[in-house]
Amino acid sequence: MDFSFTEEQTLLRNMVQGFVRDNYDFDTRTKIVNSDTGMSKEIWQQFAELGLLAAPFPEDMGGLDGGAIDIMVIMEEMGRGLVVEPYLPTIVLCGGILSRHGSPQQQSAHLPSMVSGEAIWALAYSEPQGRFNPTDITTSAKEQGGSYVLNGQKCVVMGAPWADKLIVSARVSGGQRDKDGVALFIVDKSASGVSTQDYPTVDGGRASEITLENVEVASDALIGTANTGLSLLEEALDYGIGALCAEAVGHMKMLNDATVEYCKTRKQFGVPIGSFQVLQHRMVDMFMDYEQSVSMTYMVNMKLDESADVRRKAASAAKVQIGKAGRFIGQESVQLHGGMGMTEELSVGHYFKRLTMIDTLFGNIDYHLKRFAQN
Amino acid sequence: MDLAFSEQDLAFRDEVRAFIKEAFTEDLQREMGRSKNNYMNKDAHILWQKRLFEKGWAAPNWPTEHGGAGFTPTQKFIFSRELDTAGAPHTIPFGLVMVAPVIMAFGSDEQKKRFLPDILATNVWWCQGYSEPGSGSDLASLQMKAEDKGDHYLCNGSKIWTSMAQHADWIFCLVRTAKTEKPQQGISFLLIDMNAPGVRVEPIITLDASRNNQQEVNQVFFEDVKVPKENLVGEENKGWTYAKYLLEFERGNPYSSGLMRGLEQIKALAAEIMADGAPLSTDADFIRQATELETRIVVMEATELRIFSEVSAGQNIGPGSSSMLKTRGTELQQDISQLGVEVIGNYGFPFVEDTLASANQADIGMDGAPTIVPGYLNRRKATIYAGSNEIQHSIIAKAVLGL
Amino acid sequence: MDVEFTKEDMAFREEVRAFIEENYPKHLLGKERGNLSKEDFLAWHKILYKKGWVAPSWPEEFGGTGWSVTQKYIFNEESAAYGTIAPLPFGIQMLAPVIYTFGSQEQKENVLPGIASGDVWWCQGYSEPGAGSDLAALKTKAVLDGDEYVVNGHKIWTTLAQHADWIFCLVRTTTGEKRQEGISFLLIDMNTAGIDVRPIIMIDGGHEVNEVFFDDVRVPASHLVGDVDKGWTIAKFLLGNERSGIAGVARSKKAIERLREIARGELDDGAPLIESGDFSRKIAELEIDLTALEYTELRTLAAESKGQGPGPESSLLKVKGTEIQQRITELTMEAVGNYASPWVPETMIGDNYMAIGPEAAYGATQTYFNTRKTSIYGGSNEIQRNIIAKMVLGL
Repeated sequence: MDFSFTEEQTLLRNMVQGFVRDNYDFDTRTKIVNSDTGMSKEIWQQFAELGLLAAPFPEDMGGLDGGAIDIMVIMEEMGRGLVVEPYLPTIVLCGGILSRHGSPQQQSAHLPSMVSGEAIWALAYSEPQGRFNPTDITTSAKEQGGSYVLNGQKCVVMGAPWADKLIVSARVSGGQRDKDGVALFIVDKSASGVSTQDYPTVDGGRASEITLENVEVASDALIGTANTGLSLLEEALDYGIGALCAEAVGHMKMLNDATVEYCKTRKQFGVPIGSFQVLQHRMVDMFMDYEQSVSMTYMVNMKLDESADVRRKAASAAKVQIGKAGRFIGQESVQLHGGMGMTEELSVGHYFKRLTMIDTLFGNIDYHLKRFAQN
Repeated sequence: MDLAFSEQDLAFRDEVRAFIKEAFTEDLQREMGRSKNNYMNKDAHILWQKRLFEKGWAAPNWPTEHGGAGFTPTQKFIFSRELDTAGAPHTIPFGLVMVAPVIMAFGSDEQKKRFLPDILATNVWWCQGYSEPGSGSDLASLQMKAEDKGDHYLCNGSKIWTSMAQHADWIFCLVRTAKTEKPQQGISFLLIDMNAPGVRVEPIITLDASRNNQQEVNQVFFEDVKVPKENLVGEENKGWTYAKYLLEFERGNPYSSGLMRGLEQIKALAAEIMADGAPLSTDADFIRQATELETRIVVMEATELRIFSEVSAGQNIGPGSSSMLKTRGTELQQDISQLGVEVIGNYGFPFVEDTLASANQADIGMDGAPTIVPGYLNRRKATIYAGSNEIQHSIIAKAVLGL
Repeated sequence: MDVEFTKEDMAFREEVRAFIEENYPKHLLGKERGNLSKEDFLAWHKILYKKGWVAPSWPEEFGGTGWSVTQKYIFNEESAAYGTIAPLPFGIQMLAPVIYTFGSQEQKENVLPGIASGDVWWCQGYSEPGAGSDLAALKTKAVLDGDEYVVNGHKIWTTLAQHADWIFCLVRTTTGEKRQEGISFLLIDMNTAGIDVRPIIMIDGGHEVNEVFFDDVRVPASHLVGDVDKGWTIAKFLLGNERSGIAGVARSKKAIERLREIARGELDDGAPLIESGDFSRKIAELEIDLTALEYTELRTLAAESKGQGPGPESSLLKVKGTEIQQRITELTMEAVGNYASPWVPETMIGDNYMAIGPEAAYGATQTYFNTRKTSIYGGSNEIQRNIIAKMVLGL
């Protein structure tokens, strides 16, 4: 049993931390979020040059052979800077699926451009009627003379406005919520029949509603087999949860530090408000929630490669903890900052908004409590 | 970073399991199974501790030169968790865990020879004399006086919340030997024979106790008690330093295994209870509540593993970590016991003797039910004792957040 | 002891309901507060004014309705149930009682009619950057120069100051040992030279509050309300008034209704979310807590109709009321699931706008973020708890 980081992981952390600090301060981030595109291609290119986009992939695919712990380190540091660039959808979700389950042809066709920063990807799995359940799929894929024809609607697809490629979940057989009969397809976003409605999201990102109307893809766009897509998707989402927890922990750390600092300097009634015990104990609860979230983040990322049962339980437990802690820390950070915490001007509110949406992303507390109990 | 235990550690774990299987005999299991507070009767505790002593495991935290088990931090962690998982008792801490390390660190050679072997072999029963009626969270305000009378101290005062003092042969006390500006400076650490004239123990009956129950805590009165000077540990007026040193040994036990066991017992009860024609354990609301607690235990476990892996790597367990474990662990103990009360429903009403009175008849309602409500009531102490959770918050605020 | 309404009360309820249904501007229904124009804010106010119902809490001689406490309660309940945009509190609820209690005859004649008709928009100048929970720390200075005060300073969190014609301010007229003793209550025309209003954008993206800067602003001495240096007494009087009605029970009921509506439309594993045990349990808990609050408010109300003024229990109503509001908005956001995420700026909502997700989802997240303010403003909930500790528990 060992919770310590290797020297390489510590170096990686220092590098990402330094980069975010020097190149991604709050003003820069605000400009990026408010720009027309909503992300910075330059930053993305720099990520590629630093090797971050190659980090988790095996060496023979042009990667740096890192694992979940490396992604965790990267995401935590990106979380501290509230980075909006699509590391999670492109590298963790789609890159993860391709590197673990893509055919050699798919890997050699797609990973190089992902690693070099040329291609951005998004995972289109959620549907309006499905709430948080990735099994609830009405999008259909019909085999037709050696290719597949996709029809359906995907909702709130994170990072899709920037994406060149999508991985789409669709049903080749079975009923709406059957576990069998789900397949994952690589779809060109510019393919005929794909239409998108793009919009900004609460937490400074961008997302799309995606409609697929008779979108034809070749059979080599199918990842894995036509029947096992759901297990690949669930696995990818659990890896996503591991990364997302790390990002959230980065937010929590920034909020807790900022709140303690603010309470030490803000004076009312002639004394720093941090001298009031009621506020001190509130901040201690925030601290404990943060520490326990760190523990869970380490735990889930160490268990991602274990059996599906173990992985699912770990991911759901971690997501519940992150959801609860994120809510508490976010709300109380705003409260202790008073009116200032409510303003657009301070970063506090932006961390709060991201933490709020992280509870929703990949399923909220209720969803994961149920999932934990069912496994 | 990985979660696997080494092969040696796994072998050790198997050895612990085998030992518990053999030594935690049925009679002891019955005692513990009927206990609301993890105390058995005196004889049972002595029996259990002597079995541990024979195995060489009575004192996991002692150095081997004094007869300690010589466990690594990981082995201590595993040992503690295996006890909890099996529902076996820990040793009564007052002698082995609390006073012994102080004697080792600050006592004279004579004191070490006189006291340590009997503590290790559980030949004497110790209790702790810290809190006083006027000194709870603010321990340094204690008033019990020890006057210098040449070859002895004359002690007057009273200690309160003294666990199991009714069984005790000896008590270690914080006493006031000088009036100083800083209240911490005039305190000394004194060992007192409970059989000395002028020592009187009065039970305090707590809200969890039924009529014939034995008390868990007491008030101990000292009236002109003469204590030989040789029973002073270390230097006069340095007692506060020793008390703080002792706190280091008091903290750091993992909670999660015991919590999980507690939750499993409640789930087992829920499987026997019918609600709307189906076992309560299949009710969605019950499942949600139990799952919510279980995820919190998983969080606790991850935190414990993380902290103990740091300890194994040679780091000290910091004040923030131990205060956090105490706070969150005791909160969970209380929440789990509360779920128990909700689960057993009407069978929470019978208020019958618990294990301390060694009942032999069948439980009313169902197995295990009679200890649920007393256990819940008893658990309310957990957020109060050993530094209330409010005090733990203040420790973190000061030591970690710098407030 | 009974909780039944009398026949007369029931008839009054019918009358109020009919009037609202008949006269409420339909285009305002369901409009988010963040999207209201100045005219929107005033539309219902002006209709109520014509009917004579704009200021139920005022004494009749100044234009009040003469309603009983129960009638006022019914009126508020019906208004909330219909979802009306209530007249803004700054003039009607906050300033007016100060004027008719402490103001000169001239002030009564000049100020009250404009408040009632809605012709004059008032805002509140209390908080300052260094004076939030500790209001008495305020520094904005008013120095007498002939028959005018010269005002210099800086107010913050000034709600809707961008629309305001006038502002009522707490200003420092004397710097003494007891900070509370040198404060005065001053009325200032927002069009006076030297006043600068700057917007503060909040985390929900809205422009609701402002900073107001005063740079050598000259104010006639006759605009001082009450005695000089006695403004703190007025401020305390006003804060007491502000808190009554802050429980917002009727509006919370309406919000829970809307939440149920949303949960009926949202699907979870193929069935309406409202049928999910977890979700309905949470709504049930909210409703029960709201009922407890409602009966606490009714108890306060009963005491009030016997002539006992609102005491520290108004702090309880504020704390519990705002906590419930926050939980409702949180649960509403939770109900819309993935569609909590889209952040649609007004600029996108043109003719070509295609709604993203169900219509109910729109604004749910913004409202959640906006409602975080309620435990901060009007005396933060921490301050309210301190008030209860001191005034009720004697700590």
